[in-house]
Amino acid sequence: MTSPLKPGAATGPRTDRPRRRRVGAGARRGVPLPLLLPGLLALAFLLLPLLALLVRTPWRTLPDQLAGTEVWQALQLSLVTATAATAVSLVLGVPLAWLLARTEFPGRGFVRALVTLPLVLPPVVGGVALLLALGRNGVVGRWLDSWFGITLPFTTAGVVIAEAFVAMPFLVISVEGTLRAADPRFEEAATTLGASRFTVFRRVTLPLIAPGIAAGAVLAWARALGEFGATITFAGNFPGRTQTMPLAVYLALQNDPDAAISLSLVLLAVSIAVLAGLRDRWMTGA
Amino acid sequence: MTRSVRRTRRMLKVAGAGAAALLSLSACSSSSDSSGSSGSADSAKSTGTGSSASPKLSGDVTVFAAASLKESFTALGKEFEQQHPGTKVTFNFGGSDTLAASITGGAPADVFAAASPKTMKIVTDKQDAAGTPATFVRNQLEIATLPGNPHKVASLKDLTRSGLKVVLCDKTVPCGAAAQKALDAGHLKLTPVSYEQDVKSALNKVELKEADAAVVYKTDVHAAGDKVQGVEFPEAAKAINDYPIVLLKNAPNAEAAKAFIALVQSAEGQKVLSGAGFLQP
Repeated sequence: MTSPLKPGAATGPRTDRPRRRRVGAGARRGVPLPLLLPGLLALAFLLLPLLALLVRTPWRTLPDQLAGTEVWQALQLSLVTATAATAVSLVLGVPLAWLLARTEFPGRGFVRALVTLPLVLPPVVGGVALLLALGRNGVVGRWLDSWFGITLPFTTAGVVIAEAFVAMPFLVISVEGTLRAADPRFEEAATTLGASRFTVFRRVTLPLIAPGIAAGAVLAWARALGEFGATITFAGNFPGRTQTMPLAVYLALQNDPDAAISLSLVLLAVSIAVLAGLRDRWMTGA
Repeated sequence: MTRSVRRTRRMLKVAGAGAAALLSLSACSSSSDSSGSSGSADSAKSTGTGSSASPKLSGDVTVFAAASLKESFTALGKEFEQQHPGTKVTFNFGGSDTLAASITGGAPADVFAAASPKTMKIVTDKQDAAGTPATFVRNQLEIATLPGNPHKVASLKDLTRSGLKVVLCDKTVPCGAAAQKALDAGHLKLTPVSYEQDVKSALNKVELKEADAAVVYKTDVHAAGDKVQGVEFPEAAKAINDYPIVLLKNAPNAEAAKAFIALVQSAEGQKVLSGAGFLQP
C-alpha cells in the first residue's frame, strides 16, 4: 500500500537521497510497481497476438499468397466500402451529433444511448436487424423492392450500409464530445452579428470542431475496415462484390490457414498505417 | 492430489485409446458386412470387460458434432441420458472445420462427428483420434426453395436461370464442396449471390426470403419444416457426404463416449438419424 508513495523502492534505495532533492523529476521518472507490472502485462497481452501473427507468417510464400486476384479484389473492396461508409457516416452523423449536442428535446439522453447501441451490439445481431429492416422481405426493404426494384442484401451497397451501421456511432460520439467541449460563445457572437443558424454551423462550428470530426472519421473508417459480422450476415459473401478482407480471412482459415495469416497481415499493416499516420495528428488535438 | 488424479486420468486415457482401437477395428470389420446394429453388438462385446449395460456410466460426455447433426444428435443425447442415469451429454455444434480446429487446438472433447472425411482427416492427421473413424450416416444435397416453390424450381439446371437469387455454401466447407461436385457432375455453371460460411446460414437466407433458393443438405430442409420447400435433383447422388464419427484420444470420459458412439451406430440411433433425413451408410 505504501509503495506507490515510495517510488525508490522499485528502483533501489541507493537513489533515495538525490531523488528527494528534485521531487518533480523523480516522481515522473520513478514508476510505482503496482502500476508498472499490470501496465506491462496489458501491453504484452495486446501486442503478443500481433507478434505471433508476424512470427507465424509464411514469409517465403507470402508473395504467392498475396498475388491472387481475390486478395486484391477483397482489399480493394474493403478500402472502397470503408471509405464510402465513412462518407455516409460524415454526411448523416455530423448533423446527428449536432442535434444531440446543441438542441434540447425530451428524451435526449435516451436517444443518445440508442444512437450508440451499435457500439456494443454484437455485429451479427446488427446484421440480422439490418436484414429484417432492409432485406428483400424486410419492414422497409419490401417497399424498396416493390417500388424501386432496389434490393440491398448481396450488393456492395449492402456492405457499405452494414459498415456504416457499425461505424457511425464512433463518429457521432467523437463529434458530439468535441461539440460539447467547444466554446459556444463564438457561435453566439456570430448569431448576434446576424448570421443564420446554418451559416453559423457552416462557417463557425464546423471549422471549430474539424479535429474532432477528423478523429471520428478515422475511427469510423478503421472500424468499417474491420467489420465482419454485420457484413457477412447482411451482405453475404461473393468475391469482388461483397467479400471484404475480414470475410476473406475467415473463409481462408477454413482450409488454408497460411493464406488466412497472410491476409490478416495485410489488414494489420493497413490498419496500423492509418492509425499511426492519423492518430498523432488529429486524435491528440481533439 | 491433482497429480494422482492426472495419473489416473492418463491411465484411463490409455485404456480408452486401446479399447477405442478395438472398437473401431470391430466397427470397421462389421461395416463390411454392412449392418449398423451388428456393429454396436460387436463393440459391446469387445469392450465387454468394462462397459456395456450393467456397470454404471457417469459424468459428462462432450460431443463435437457437425451443425447438420443438431436435431438428431440432440434427440440421441436425451435418449442416452435416459438409458444411463447420471450421465450428461453436452454438444458443441458447428462447422466441421471449426470443430476440427478446436479439437486439434486442444479442446476437451470426447467424441467428434464430422460432416466429411476431409474435416475428420484434420483430426486424425494430428493424431488426436483414438482409432479409425467410422462412417455412421451419409447425407445428400437438396435444393431449398421458398414455400410453394414460386419460381418453379424443378432441377439443378433451373438454378442457373438469370434473375434467380441462389445461395451456395463456400467451397471451403463440406456442403459447398458437395454442391460444386454436383454442379460439375451436371456440367453446370452457377453464379450465386453469395457463398455462405456454413449450411445453416445458406438455409437462413432462404428462410428469411432474401434468396430464392439454396443448395443445402436434405436433413436441413427436413429440419426447417415448412419454412422452405425441398426439391430433389439427380446430380445429388454424385455428391453424397459421408459422416465419420470417432472417439478422441484425449477424451476425458472415454467409457461413456464409447457407449454414445455405440448408440449412434445402433439400430435405434440409425432410426433417429434416418428420421431426420440421413441415409444409411
